[in-house]
Amino acid sequence: MAGGPAVELVGVTKQFGDVAAVDDMTLAIGDGEFFSLLGPSGCGKTTTLRMIAGFEYPTVGSLKIHGREMGLLPANERPVNTVFQSYALFPHMTVEDNIAFGLQMRKVASNEIAERVRRVLDQVQLQHRAAAKPSQLSGGQRQRVALARALVNEPEVLLLDEPLGALDLKLRQTMQVELKDLQERVGITFIYVTHDQEEALTMSDRIGVMDNGRLLQVGDPAAIYEHPASRFVAGFIGDINLVDAVVTGSNEVKLSNDHVLALAAERPTGAAVTLALRPERLELYDPDETIPDGHYRLAGKVTRKLYYGDAFYYDVSVGLDRPLEVKEENRPGVETYELGDEAVVAWDPASTNVVRD
Amino acid sequence: MSESTAAGRWSDRMLGANGWLVYLFLYVPIFVLIVFSFNDNQRVAVWTEFSFRWYGEMLQNDAVLRALRNTLIVAAVATAASTVLGTMAALAMERYRFRGQRGADGLLYLPIIIPDVTMAVMMLLFFAQAINIASHVVRLNFGLGTISLAHIAFNIAYVAVVVRARLAQMEPQLEEAAADLYASRWQTFRRVTLPLIMPGVAGGALLALTLSLDDVVVTSFVSGPGSTTLPVYVFGLVRRGVTPLINAVSVVMLVASIVLVGVSLGLQRRSGKGSILIE
Amino acid sequence: MVSETATAELEARAERAESRRGVLVGAPPFAYLILFFALPLVIVVVYSFASRSSTGATILGEWNLDSWLRVFSPQVAEIAWRSFWLATTTTFFCLVFGYPFAYWIATRSPRARALLLVLVMIPFWSNFLVRTYAIRFLMGVEGPVSVISQALGGEPVRVLFTNTAVLVGMIYGYIPFMILPLYAALERMDWGLVEAARDLYAGGWTAFRKITFPLSMPGVVAGSVLVFIPSLGAYVIPAILGGSNTVLLGDYIVSQFLAARNWPFGSALSTAVMIVMLAATIFYFRRGGRTL
Repeated sequence: MAGGPAVELVGVTKQFGDVAAVDDMTLAIGDGEFFSLLGPSGCGKTTTLRMIAGFEYPTVGSLKIHGREMGLLPANERPVNTVFQSYALFPHMTVEDNIAFGLQMRKVASNEIAERVRRVLDQVQLQHRAAAKPSQLSGGQRQRVALARALVNEPEVLLLDEPLGALDLKLRQTMQVELKDLQERVGITFIYVTHDQEEALTMSDRIGVMDNGRLLQVGDPAAIYEHPASRFVAGFIGDINLVDAVVTGSNEVKLSNDHVLALAAERPTGAAVTLALRPERLELYDPDETIPDGHYRLAGKVTRKLYYGDAFYYDVSVGLDRPLEVKEENRPGVETYELGDEAVVAWDPASTNVVRD
Repeated sequence: MSESTAAGRWSDRMLGANGWLVYLFLYVPIFVLIVFSFNDNQRVAVWTEFSFRWYGEMLQNDAVLRALRNTLIVAAVATAASTVLGTMAALAMERYRFRGQRGADGLLYLPIIIPDVTMAVMMLLFFAQAINIASHVVRLNFGLGTISLAHIAFNIAYVAVVVRARLAQMEPQLEEAAADLYASRWQTFRRVTLPLIMPGVAGGALLALTLSLDDVVVTSFVSGPGSTTLPVYVFGLVRRGVTPLINAVSVVMLVASIVLVGVSLGLQRRSGKGSILIE
Repeated sequence: MVSETATAELEARAERAESRRGVLVGAPPFAYLILFFALPLVIVVVYSFASRSSTGATILGEWNLDSWLRVFSPQVAEIAWRSFWLATTTTFFCLVFGYPFAYWIATRSPRARALLLVLVMIPFWSNFLVRTYAIRFLMGVEGPVSVISQALGGEPVRVLFTNTAVLVGMIYGYIPFMILPLYAALERMDWGLVEAARDLYAGGWTAFRKITFPLSMPGVVAGSVLVFIPSLGAYVIPAILGGSNTVLLGDYIVSQFLAARNWPFGSALSTAVMIVMLAATIFYFRRGGRTL
């Protein structure tokens, strides 16, 4: 991150009465990064975005944009622009006038305004609808106008509040790709708020997972997905098997079915830990098949089988409180199992995540 | 609504009959009035021939013309002032939070609830006292000033109700979006809020104007000699009996109020917004 | 100053600044209302405790409850009852004729509805005094109805200056105030529910009784309030159409300030009427009534 972070929060808390919507958040977002804030409804991600935009002020803490402390600076004086969830297009103005609005407020010369508006309309491919009013546009078109209206001002940071939520699946997927491409071309820092983990995983350079006002984990998509640091993060992103265990030695943990695994949990003996295992990292073997050396193994029986077209999901009961979920690809060469079959679940120790609560 | 939910054939016919009867009830008196205002006869209801005689007399009647002038002055002043003040009150209540807002709410609804007789009494006593107290310094009197002040007092609340409804309907994020796009508070108001609430402001203004032109009791209590308005003047005449002059004046007032409605309906149709008149 | 790190104190200060801006915007209208509305209201209440001199002037020094005691006298009760009865019958007839009317409009095609509504709007927005005068003209002894009946060999119509005339005039004046909220409520209704009722074997009248009418209740209440409350204090209509022998509240109050010159008593009456209307309105809002 040359030249310092684009947005930096240090110890930021936002209280609404007794409730801390954002609780002691410290975060640095790099210049030119596509950063997603991910979490369930009410986790504080939108509040965080609004504080960066200037619609709310932090109760305590420091919020800097490119090194400048924002403090009580009002929204209209901040070098950021927002794409709202509801788009918030001015219904009484044409597409052109909507887009030109920010430039007009900044008293940019009118010929320059015309030029910049034209350019950004080309970028979002809406040149032919420049004179239309928002009510005459489709959802996807409105979304692009909202984007154009923000981008034309060349902000230092672009804030997006669940901008694709109102679109249907196919359109959303198309827009995800477009947004990512756009960000790479334009090079502006994007801060993207969403509750859709797939969206976050596919689009982001880094993700910040939030719950209940707290920032739980920050990392690139691979780190978040494959090495979740907490139960919540593990459970929120993708499917996960959470297995309770107790540390019985420096290199030993015992599961609830009394099976012992050679695992260095880095915790004191007697401590309770949770192992997070991704279903696609688990494999099923016949009881008499050879299993690679060093892999953990648990024997059990198939209790459920779900067909997903590209994969099978098996529930295998191995004597723990819950069956293990195993994902196997649906292609020739991969053996399939039936309900009631005896099977062994095995996995590479490196795929085991020890998570905090 | 589909066919199956409409009333059965017979009941639908009855409903229709009731409908037309009500329309008849509403319009026949008005039409009769209009027709007979063109009757040449002094005995109003016995038709002799068509003439503009009474309209001519009306245009030469000093008292009527003076009352008309007063009415227009008061209506213009009251409508302008109450529209501005009412809109400000609506903005203060819908876009800000401050202490005493609940009391302010009550203050904004009270003028709508109280009967015009009570309002008339309130204004009379207030101005009587005020004039009395001020008489040590300056000689004031009941007149167009007191009438206008009284009209503004009850009109603010009506304008506020209409504008508040419009403000509540407006997407609040639009103002945030404007700020996000570097607009100052005043620019946000002028370029975003005001254009969007304009139908409400116009509706409120129309309502204030109509109430001002309709008012009889309050005005009669706070007017002085020479400052009577047209409705009050007509009211006084009517109590003494029916004359063809009253018919002519009434028809003029009626047509004026209808034209006003027509104009606002036409403007509404052009802006394509929803029905302010029903609100 | 503006770029300091946030503290709870700064946040509070920002909120106070915002609140101050609100007060600034609200100051002119509310200052006006306090001076020209709240203050006059207080003055009326104060006057209700004052005394009346033998010449009819008001003496503010000698406070008493005379006027208020008179408000509760049987004489006033009779007048109040008469006004209450008039308001009730007016509301009743407006509802009886207005509800089917509103229902009829609401069940026409959208285009017909627009036209029919405009036709209701016109009387609604027409000058109130003139509309009342039109009835006066129509019903008078010298009026066209009377002339026609005489020409047919009958009696001149003597309905004017009777209670009936006042009632007809009140209905004429206030029925649009009943129709519009009723129509709004019916139009807003989910007619799919009536279809569902039909699907569950309800006949037309039953569907109306159990579904449509209860759902249109907010409109019924709104219309009734919009008719009842002004009817209670009505002055112009009874003054033009009524006789001098049946005194109603509106005229009674007005006469205290003109003929009878008893301002304290008139003030007490005005305050009493206002309190009753306030109570009725609060009752309406408690019952979940919608804002106008």
